[in-house]
Amino acid sequence: MAYLIDVVSLQLSEERCTGCGMCAIVCPHRVMVLTNGRAAISDRDACMECGACARNCPEEAITVQAGVGCAQALINTALGRSSVTCCSMENGRDEDADCSPPARSGSGCC
Amino acid sequence: MTDFESTSPAESCGTEKINRSGTTAAKEYPLPPSVTGTLDTAAGPVPQLATRLDWRDRMGMIRVRWGIGRMNYAIRPGLYAVGQPGRDSEVLVTANYRMTFDLLRSALKGLDVWILVLDTRGINVWCAAGKGTFGTDELVSKIRDCDLASVTDRRRLILPQLGAPGVAAHRVRELSGLRVVYGPIEARDIPAFLAANLKTTPGMRVKSFPIRERASLIPMELVPSLKYGAVIAAVLTILSGFLGRGTFASDALHAGLVATMSLGLAVVAGAVVVPLLLPYLPGRAFSLKGMWTGLAAASGLAAAPFPSGITLSGLELTAWFLLIPALSSFLGLNFTGSSTYTSLSGVRREMRVAVPLQAGASAVGLAVWIMAILLPGGGAL
Repeated sequence: MAYLIDVVSLQLSEERCTGCGMCAIVCPHRVMVLTNGRAAISDRDACMECGACARNCPEEAITVQAGVGCAQALINTALGRSSVTCCSMENGRDEDADCSPPARSGSGCC
Repeated sequence: MTDFESTSPAESCGTEKINRSGTTAAKEYPLPPSVTGTLDTAAGPVPQLATRLDWRDRMGMIRVRWGIGRMNYAIRPGLYAVGQPGRDSEVLVTANYRMTFDLLRSALKGLDVWILVLDTRGINVWCAAGKGTFGTDELVSKIRDCDLASVTDRRRLILPQLGAPGVAAHRVRELSGLRVVYGPIEARDIPAFLAANLKTTPGMRVKSFPIRERASLIPMELVPSLKYGAVIAAVLTILSGFLGRGTFASDALHAGLVATMSLGLAVVAGAVVVPLLLPYLPGRAFSLKGMWTGLAAASGLAAAPFPSGITLSGLELTAWFLLIPALSSFLGLNFTGSSTYTSLSGVRREMRVAVPLQAGASAVGLAVWIMAILLPGGGAL
């Protein structure tokens, strides 16, 4: 399964990478791989911008506009409904926001 | 039953008195019904869990899959024991959504491990990690509040890989001294992962989206769509009764039957067929996949077995050929939130194109539908 091409915001700075391999461990879609002791982006269109690699990179060599690829969340944000039952884009920073569980069978949006 | 009112760390770590902003009292979550006893530790008694799912657990899973009481299916955070864990046992970290917790413990048959449950407000691991509630700060404070150091000598924690969007492993080490090991995505792989000395196979690290999982998500797509569909059908029925050229009853009956059938087809096309056939439908954009199933459903409408006396005029059919794909496309787009591989940037791009087209098709479709009512003979072409 593949989503849209040439759209993701994932960026890797090879100079900063020390080859610890955390990004390759946490990536759920084999986007990040370790080649010759350095991280590399092997399949950037498979990136879902979950942000796991960037969060776990001790050298801050990875940047990505992390978020949930969820149309309903974008609609809620556009309508200014940040406190309704489903999630909105602001929820990431809103301590008390409620996001309904598990689509993603034990994970997932909202 | 043991007295859980005392103040030893292992018991009190589950109930935060105040949250980080220091103002509101945190919710009191119930102990899960799967607690069968207690294990005495240096940090106090720790609830001990059954690994078997009973009929209530299974009914609960079905219930929340249908969206009933789904936002109120949380359990008490804190430390739990599976089997007879000791000072050399591993610690597994999870969320306080009961379905997540139940799936985890049911995968641990015959093992002796600790489970550290974070307060994610009843949200599953992946979603909570995206929101940051399954996060570095919460993990570090639970390690401290539950006095993990006096329960186990292990200097490491096993986290589900899908917790990684919220947790920075290197920060946890700086703040707590404990090493974070990301385990498999699926709880069912944990026994093999532990047996292999914390080694994952490549398959354990990739999030797939098999048909079983897609099918299990359908109820949550279907229930809200049917509600909206019923409201739209009711509005169209009444509108048709008032605007039509025949009697209120005959016009309303005709429009009601056709609208119910059409909207039902659109909902099935967008909320059932899209999830089921997701990998096989043409196009990458979910709205496009939904448009295809919607067009198929609209074709089905032309062949639908209506009672005699109810025939669709050309204009009416045209209207529904616009409305059904528009609605189905929108429902397909909504499934992005349940899928395991769509990105925020991608959904944003898709919506910029799809939503205006969906709105346009709906507006034109509705105008044609009204014309069909107002024109003599239902706008027979």
